[in-house]
Amino acid sequence: MLSRSIRQLAARPAIFRGVLHPTRATSSIAHTIKVAKKIDETREKALLGGGQKRIDAQHNRGKLTARERVDLLLDKNTFREYDMFAEHTCNDFGMQKEKYAGDSVVTGRGQINGRTVFVFSQDFTVFGGSLSSIHAKKIVKIMREAMLVGAPVIGLNDSGGARIQEGVESLAGYADIFQENVLASGVVPQISLIMGPCAGGAVYSPALTDFTFMVRDTSYLFITGPDVVKAVTNEEVTQEELGGAKTHTVTSGVASGAFDNDVDALMSIRELFNYLPLSNQDASPIRAAEDPWDREVPSLDTVVPLESTAAYNMKDVIHALVDEGDFFEIQPDYAKNLVVGFARMNGRTVGVVGNNPKFAAGCLDINSSVKGARFVRFCDAFNIPLITLVDVPGFLPGTSQEYGGIIRHGAKLLYAFAEATVPKITIITRKAFGGAYDVMASKHLRGDINYAWPTAEVAVMGAKGAVSILFRKDAKNAAKHEEDYTELFSNPFPAAVRGFVDDIIVPSETRKKVCEDLNMLESKQLKNPWKKHGNIPL
Amino acid sequence: MLRAASSFRLISRKGVASAASARTSGVPVDQREGKEIYTTVGIDYNEPKFDKILIANRGEIACRVIKTARAMGIKTVAVHSDVDSNSLHVRLADEAVCVGEAPTAKSYLRADRILEAVKQTGAQAVHPGYGFLSENTHFAAQLEQAGAKFIGPNSKAILDMGDKIHSKKIATAAKVNMIPGFDGEIADEDMCVKISNEIGYPVMIKASAGGGGKGMRTAWNDKQAREGYRLSKQEAASSFGDDRMLVEKFIDNPRHIEMQVLCDKHGNGIWLNERECSIQRRNQKVIEEAPSSFVPPEMRKRMGDQAVQLAKAVGYDSAGTVEFLVDSKRNFYFLEMNTRLQVEHPITECITGIDIVQQMLRVSYGHKLPITQEQVPLNGWAFESRVYAEDPYKGFGLPSVGRLSRYVEPRHVDGVRCDSGIREGSEISIYYDPLICKLVTHGDNREQALNRMSEALDNYVIRGVTHNIPLLRDIVQEERFRSGNITTKYLQEVYPEGFQGATLTSSEQDTVIAFASALNARKLARANQFLNQQKHKSTHVDSLHKTYKFVSSLPAKEGAKPVENTVEVTFVNGNPNEANVTVNGKAISIKGNTNLALPTNNLEVDGEHVVTQIVAKRAGEITVLYKGTPFKVSVLPEQAVEYLQYMKEKAKVDLSTVILSPMPGAIKNVNVKVGDMVSEGQELVVMEAMKMQNSLHAGKTGKVKTVNVKVGSTVDEGEVLVELE
Repeated sequence: MLSRSIRQLAARPAIFRGVLHPTRATSSIAHTIKVAKKIDETREKALLGGGQKRIDAQHNRGKLTARERVDLLLDKNTFREYDMFAEHTCNDFGMQKEKYAGDSVVTGRGQINGRTVFVFSQDFTVFGGSLSSIHAKKIVKIMREAMLVGAPVIGLNDSGGARIQEGVESLAGYADIFQENVLASGVVPQISLIMGPCAGGAVYSPALTDFTFMVRDTSYLFITGPDVVKAVTNEEVTQEELGGAKTHTVTSGVASGAFDNDVDALMSIRELFNYLPLSNQDASPIRAAEDPWDREVPSLDTVVPLESTAAYNMKDVIHALVDEGDFFEIQPDYAKNLVVGFARMNGRTVGVVGNNPKFAAGCLDINSSVKGARFVRFCDAFNIPLITLVDVPGFLPGTSQEYGGIIRHGAKLLYAFAEATVPKITIITRKAFGGAYDVMASKHLRGDINYAWPTAEVAVMGAKGAVSILFRKDAKNAAKHEEDYTELFSNPFPAAVRGFVDDIIVPSETRKKVCEDLNMLESKQLKNPWKKHGNIPL
Repeated sequence: MLRAASSFRLISRKGVASAASARTSGVPVDQREGKEIYTTVGIDYNEPKFDKILIANRGEIACRVIKTARAMGIKTVAVHSDVDSNSLHVRLADEAVCVGEAPTAKSYLRADRILEAVKQTGAQAVHPGYGFLSENTHFAAQLEQAGAKFIGPNSKAILDMGDKIHSKKIATAAKVNMIPGFDGEIADEDMCVKISNEIGYPVMIKASAGGGGKGMRTAWNDKQAREGYRLSKQEAASSFGDDRMLVEKFIDNPRHIEMQVLCDKHGNGIWLNERECSIQRRNQKVIEEAPSSFVPPEMRKRMGDQAVQLAKAVGYDSAGTVEFLVDSKRNFYFLEMNTRLQVEHPITECITGIDIVQQMLRVSYGHKLPITQEQVPLNGWAFESRVYAEDPYKGFGLPSVGRLSRYVEPRHVDGVRCDSGIREGSEISIYYDPLICKLVTHGDNREQALNRMSEALDNYVIRGVTHNIPLLRDIVQEERFRSGNITTKYLQEVYPEGFQGATLTSSEQDTVIAFASALNARKLARANQFLNQQKHKSTHVDSLHKTYKFVSSLPAKEGAKPVENTVEVTFVNGNPNEANVTVNGKAISIKGNTNLALPTNNLEVDGEHVVTQIVAKRAGEITVLYKGTPFKVSVLPEQAVEYLQYMKEKAKVDLSTVILSPMPGAIKNVNVKVGDMVSEGQELVVMEAMKMQNSLHAGKTGKVKTVNVKVGSTVDEGEVLVELE
């Protein structure tokens, strides 16, 4: 049975609905009417994708069809479909006898909360959503148009992989999409939502986009499936373990987040979309705001514990600071020692980056550096101001980090912050130690406004470490030296007297100040020297 | 160092600042908060008084004492543990001394350090508040030696009344009505069982030194008597350092009514009317009222007279409370006398207009009581709701901890008084009592005071910590409670399955669905309102002038399917503060500020005043607070509901094989090891949190797979303690 909403889609005015009496018509009229009828019939068929049986099978898997997904993602009645009549061109293996209008992907444009978005939605009911040459062409077409007018692209992925019958044509199709993903990168936001299998070469399109979200229990992302893994390495692993939502949100960091089901995912993506500008030519969106910009936030005065080694949750700071506590976190379950995500300040979208002392003391390690760098670069590419909340004891020491290349990965975050030309506001809530202090959007990396809370400690390292180096030969007086060091360095003054922080502010006034600063920085003009592109240490 | 910083901040606090300036200008003004409460006896600024007192307590009671002391022009010294350095009572006081680490045994119970603080600051007297050292005669004696006064009764009175065995003898001699029981110490479990059988079940097993529900258990059979004896004894040992136990008859259908007395050092004593504290769980009070709806004037006088008789018999010379159990025939029996300021004293203050703390300070200094019995008024009615950080759905309240991320007290509601020691951003920790606030309302009569309580609870904003307002709010509107038909078994009787959350009538359900939908419509309308996104605007529809269609539903009871309601929302003339909603065709008008950023929304629903709070909002779901209970309302576009039918239910994790920690706390006992066979209901682990011992039982019969904790380890809520195979 077709869903009600899809039937409504089908109820568009048909070109021909009359009853034809061939004897009274000329042959040319008959032809015109025949064509009109065929158009209507083809549309009807296209709406059914791979047919009712396959639609039922899709539903039984707990998944929506490609069209239902588009319907839920976009504002009502705004979807304008492209290439509904496109068909695959394969003539081998009897494929010429099995053709579906539109083939295995639905493409078009529509609106989310009144703003334009281009969307493709792979149709698993047609050849398992496999990627044919025409499938790829349809996707490339809307991506080009999206770039042309400056509107984001959302891809809803649900595909078994390459259309094997088409051979190298299919591979060419993937490459065309990859190329388009790369060209669009930094021009328009690209969001991938994995809503079914996505394996082999197919994974690289989502990997090239800005955000990849998954649906729990029904989506998988892997280069090779469990069977191949078993054959090659003799390792036994389930699909879920190898490439399920949990794996990619917690362990690999491939996914930006996961949702419980299709409905939840699509409705949540609409919320994310509202934070983003449509292209790199647009300013960070300002949405009507109801939370007073000058609201005092008393809870911030006590959020940093009295004990300087005690943990607290940086998300408490973020929720209290931003409009209505609304925070769309990116990669919430990966590298939790760094929190990144979107929020609004007085209605304007900002990107928030914060060390989270609650996890691994908020240190910077390989994973958190990479996570942060990618987010910062997204914000910079799309004119989204950055709010950086700093409580970092330094980079994580140890062989596993050094062998893993913390030097080159840490450099990514440093590069990203240094390169960013968007407004940068930094608040040091507590520790800002060593190289990590420099990295976290410090004044030295062209931070526009750098604040310290009264609890800030800006130093090369903590008292214990410093004393063990400075007074190596006077270990018995270590306690005394530590006290001296603490007195001297464990406060915001050393940084403030040098102008490395612009002001020491009362935490409860942070929101007010940041909102004012964002208004002021709206007219910020800063350009990096011309270059083909920088060489970020990948 | 610390003082300099915090006194600077004090200047910005309303009220306190004017008190401070009033003092410096030499024209003292009665600055007690809610001054209109204390109408009977004002402050005589010419009367001699202490110059400086120390408050040996924390939290709301420390703040409470400091406020009166400041109003009287007495300087105050706060003591605090290290984690409390930034807390409200420290900021309110003129001076503060840190007396140790977070655990009470290392700070607030350290009499030696507090004595040191007294000497160091030159405080002339110490107010102990309640709990901690308030009934510690040893401490009182040490104070006397150090030349400082203990603001409370003399040591002999505390000793006489503090020991429940001894107090009964005195009360009997003073001709106070007594409960049948065994007046002696219970030596062991066997004796406990024997005596219990003699008295006849049910019996109450309680610590001789006990109070506040700690070290107290009822037993209905021999097995419970043994377990109750053992657990209570352990609890008594750790809470009071005195594990002597008593057993007495447990009175069925009793009401707990207590009489506030006030005595001076000149042999004068008066009673300040009764308080009814029948609404209890695990022998801890939840809601108190004054006066009691069960006590006629003649009975009040008899109770009051007996209370004063007893007080005089022990030479009592401060504020105290004589607790009675009252049976259905209005017979009252002496329970115990609390020789301290009671938690629930504010309701007595409301109806008598007497500041009890002020009188304690005065009589301790040596002044006579300012009024006689005839001059004690009884004005109106007052209620106190104890707002606790606890989960009311678990045994009417299991302590919870956390940080108050948002906190607004309903002080703007008429007749409301809030006694609290915390503010937004404060941490409710495992170390101390989880009391957030004593919410007191006063009215001309019981009904008005109750209505004000509903209004106050609806306007109370607490986020970040699980709290018991859902239960309090439900009791306040419950029929039996409103009619005054209550006993100490009220909660078990009205909520036999435990508190499950408020049940809404169908019209209330419509109301909740209507405003959740209106709020969601407003949210969606706003999602379209960009101030700087003009691109491709041609198809832009004015989002405030369209009709929003939803399918909305309240969460269903377990196993049931949620009832779907067809809802339409339009804004009158595009004004988001005026919504016309239809729920299944029934029209409901919602007016008022529905600003999504406000902590509370005062609305008019079909002309009726309704207060709601937006607790959380996410795509397709708005959680609104209505009559104290949060309702997670699903508000979905039609097609989303249609599509949801295809979504698979997520499998639930089987929890019967794991024993989770129900709250943060410390492990007291681990009774099993890996490989042991345990039977369903067997006690596996005993944990202690907020000074209460909780035994955790096996959910099913099986073999122990892992034991993740050992005695002394501290655990978080939801941590897996023991796993079964």
